[in-house]
Amino acid sequence: MTSTVEASPADIGQPRRRKEDARLLMGETEWTDNIQLPGTLHMAFLRSSIAHAKILRIDTSAAKLAEGVVHVYTGADFPGQAGSTCVWPVTADIVMTHYPAICTDEVRYGGDVVAVVLATERYLAADALDLIDVDYETLPAVVDMEEALKEGSPLVHESAGTNRCYTHKMPCGDYEAAKAKADVVVSRRFINQRLIPSPMEPRAVVAAPQGMADEITLWTSTQIPHILRVLLALLTGIPENQIRVVAPDVGGGFGGKLQISREEVLAVILAKRLGRPIKWSETRSENMVAMHHGRDQIQDIEIAATKDGKLLGMKVDLLADMGAYLQIITPGTPLLGMFMYSGIYKMDALDFTCTGVYTNKTTTDAYRGAGRPESTFAIERIMDELAAELGMEPMELRKLNWVNHEDFPYTNVAGLTYDTGNYEAATERALELFGYDELRAEQAARRASGDTVQLGIGISTFTEMCGLAPSRTLGALNYVAGGWEHCTLRVLPTGKVELITGTSPHGQGHATAWSQIAADVIGVPFEDIEVIYGDTGRSPYGMDTYGSRSLAVGGQAIKVAGERLVEKARIIAAHQLEVSPDDIEFNKGVYSVKGDPEKSNTIQGIAFAAFTAHNLPPDVEPMLHGEATVDPLDFSYPHGTHLAAMEVDTETGKVTLRKYVAVDDCGVQINPMIVEGQVHGGLAQGIAQAMYEGALYDNEGNLLTASMGDYLLPSSADLPSFITDRTITPSTTHPLGTKGIGEAGAIASTPAIINGVVDAIRHLGVNDVLMPASPQNVWRAIQAAQNGGAA
Amino acid sequence: MIPSAFDYVRATTVDEAVAALVAGGDDVKVISGGQSLIPVLRLRLSHPSLIVDVSKIDEMRTIVDEGSSLLIGAAVTTDALIKDARVQADVPLLAMTAATVADPAIRHRGTFGGSCAHADPAGDLPTVAQALDAEFVIAGSGGRRTVAARDFFVDYFTTAVGPDEVLVAVRVPKLGAGWGANYQKFQRTAQAWAIVGVAASVKTEGGIITGARIALTNMGATPIRASSVETALTGGPATTEAIKAASASAADGTRPTSDTHAQAEFRSHLARVHTARAVAKAAGI
Repeated sequence: MTSTVEASPADIGQPRRRKEDARLLMGETEWTDNIQLPGTLHMAFLRSSIAHAKILRIDTSAAKLAEGVVHVYTGADFPGQAGSTCVWPVTADIVMTHYPAICTDEVRYGGDVVAVVLATERYLAADALDLIDVDYETLPAVVDMEEALKEGSPLVHESAGTNRCYTHKMPCGDYEAAKAKADVVVSRRFINQRLIPSPMEPRAVVAAPQGMADEITLWTSTQIPHILRVLLALLTGIPENQIRVVAPDVGGGFGGKLQISREEVLAVILAKRLGRPIKWSETRSENMVAMHHGRDQIQDIEIAATKDGKLLGMKVDLLADMGAYLQIITPGTPLLGMFMYSGIYKMDALDFTCTGVYTNKTTTDAYRGAGRPESTFAIERIMDELAAELGMEPMELRKLNWVNHEDFPYTNVAGLTYDTGNYEAATERALELFGYDELRAEQAARRASGDTVQLGIGISTFTEMCGLAPSRTLGALNYVAGGWEHCTLRVLPTGKVELITGTSPHGQGHATAWSQIAADVIGVPFEDIEVIYGDTGRSPYGMDTYGSRSLAVGGQAIKVAGERLVEKARIIAAHQLEVSPDDIEFNKGVYSVKGDPEKSNTIQGIAFAAFTAHNLPPDVEPMLHGEATVDPLDFSYPHGTHLAAMEVDTETGKVTLRKYVAVDDCGVQINPMIVEGQVHGGLAQGIAQAMYEGALYDNEGNLLTASMGDYLLPSSADLPSFITDRTITPSTTHPLGTKGIGEAGAIASTPAIINGVVDAIRHLGVNDVLMPASPQNVWRAIQAAQNGGAA
Repeated sequence: MIPSAFDYVRATTVDEAVAALVAGGDDVKVISGGQSLIPVLRLRLSHPSLIVDVSKIDEMRTIVDEGSSLLIGAAVTTDALIKDARVQADVPLLAMTAATVADPAIRHRGTFGGSCAHADPAGDLPTVAQALDAEFVIAGSGGRRTVAARDFFVDYFTTAVGPDEVLVAVRVPKLGAGWGANYQKFQRTAQAWAIVGVAASVKTEGGIITGARIALTNMGATPIRASSVETALTGGPATTEAIKAASASAADGTRPTSDTHAQAEFRSHLARVHTARAVAKAAGI
């Protein structure tokens, strides 16, 4: 959208440059690894190179004698100590398992920790790892989910007696009845491959006995300082009121830092035990095996429709790879998509089943979108396959089935109520920007001429649910925490403002956007607002940042806190101006008497009066602040239409993204430039799943893509200039009218790309390609089709 | 990851470098731009006791026009190959191939000699050396010797350079007028290694191909000359059909590996396709 600064006097809606960026660009940052405390011991982890093995013996004697080494620990030193925990037991009969801080008798994935070294220097700690001798007895590795569920399969956790973690069913409507009425039923198996989140900054921790009395401070590169503090207290036994967690500058997370890790737990325990600072900075190689992974589902999808293309119902049967253990929301992650399999479409029935499976691989958990990219991929891919089966233009099939804008609020087949949306408007704008008809004509010409390079058009008309979530809804889903958010606003005696938020940014630009909201609500200059976050010592209440919740939930708290502050100041202003509060007008930070604007005071002036407290109304306490802890009314439902023009070299299988149009609708935009950044980053990650990324394991459970030479992340050189725009359909469940935008790009783009690739070569007999759509995967799909029969 | 400890010497002359290598024993590595060695050290795949830095040796940083060839110092950066006017004019295949290597940051540090001496079969610059019959000038305690490209590349990450020797320069012949050049690099992302690469220099006269030099990247342990394609092309018409037919034998005699990006069978297919494309482009079709 073209934003015009002069069009709106309000701060909300301005494409302000980010407050954070000058500092970030000039290297004036405080990454955890930059923190240097006297007397620090550097922590290093000996990780199993075998996916599944018994530990027969560990000899640490040589390492203990090595230069600089102060301690070497094994699992025997921490009997029963958990290194992580799961807060989302999704079913009553879920098989929960213990995640050891250090393995004692068995390792369960390549990267599992068997010993910990503490040394006076980081390099010496790394050297000492080479001196630890471990005897393993290799056990058969559980790698394939379907094999894992068969009778007689080796077991990841012998004591569990099964690799099935849980089976969750959610039947909505009567799918069999819907299917019985269908003229057409299309079934597909989609593989939503395993991904490695790969933030720019790997993880890092510093734990130190520092601060008041027995307090331990943990600096950690995390998305969730507040939640982490609670969990650390529960896991370590250190009282919660003696733990302070600080997330300093955090270089990206994408869900990978929505976690409680054994590295954090051990750092805190050891800092407490030894009374010295403990530090660990993860290497990239370590990050690729030891930080949790994302996605990894086998999706059996069936959709039933009439011959005219009217959707009747959908059946979803998932296998979701948990990896070796359950961490914070491992089992719940695939279920975050279960309400969204019908996408933007009307249908009578949705039969959802998900089975979580243990394997000897790195644990999976949230990764940008978490469950919703998978559901969106399934519905948007199957819509294209249904269109092909029916001989319909895929966009026409979508139009026939989507919820029209006049039908909102609309309750989908899974029971969620989409507050607002306008799929027609977003689609119309996207088609216009894309040049849809011209590209269809070019596609036909290339097919007719038998061009080596074929052209395809990929469509994704998506919605998603974010802004997790009303606390009672989370409770109903067996999630062990709430979904509220907190804000405190203080106008200080000098007129400067502190905005304390419970959200914990790691690249999103909260300091800028939150200042814009507060500037409008309490009428102070944007520049005068300091946003404080990511430190349980300074910002005690919060539920942190993930799931596109920060603005969708935290933004509400800013507005309410600001309104409460304004109301308190109004009472003080009325008292000082000797009128009733009802006779006071508030406009852009100035309180004035109605009809007598000369009699006025500024909010800064009132803040000073509230500080001196010399002349306050009888029932008003000193200081000017407002607080709010807000539980959202509902999820947030952004949507949009994305279109991709894909070129496929039919000789080599090479796929090129030629043109990408993203028209998103996230309601009211606080800062369109930040929205634009979120869209671009999300697109890059979703496109990367479709074209480049994929964690591969061999049959022994070794991660084959354990470096960036094998696990390919695209750079700007691999991506075209995105064409973006926004339609604005304000949310009616959010007081600012906003919707989440942090994950939309990643959710929408993956199916758009794959639909485009398949569309380019469907005439060759191809009806699916494995992700990533690497040259080899595409070439094989073409070869297989030409040798008789599609995938 | 984190390298283990090593000693470091910065040499200012080739003789100094050789002396340091001899004194250092078996466990010595030469470094210049470090774009191959430093990752190897960080992953602890190698534990040298001494590293000899040759990046500041003037002789190794210069390009000398010898008339019929360019003598390119081993420590000349990949970026310099792209920008040097003599390389552009006389060995265009090298300049255009250098431009496909990794990204600008790596090209400003990584060197021609380092790429050849590291001898990663997925490296691009060794393929050009192989295609153009370059010569490698190697210095050791016994003086200097010259090794032809076909003898220089021995095996995976193995060259004719001995443990106490240093690669000083690469002599690249000028092909002269009438030759066209092209490098086809097939990769998944802009910064990735070649899955397969094909370097081709082709001379055409009156619609007939009168000379062809073709070598393949990542189709075996070393860069491989596609001799049968060269023979099949030479004397034939410079047409798409003839080039395609000649390129059908591009993978013959190669031994490509299988990895996460491509199985050997797919690499062989890609070698045929890209040989035809490289030759056609070099021939101006």
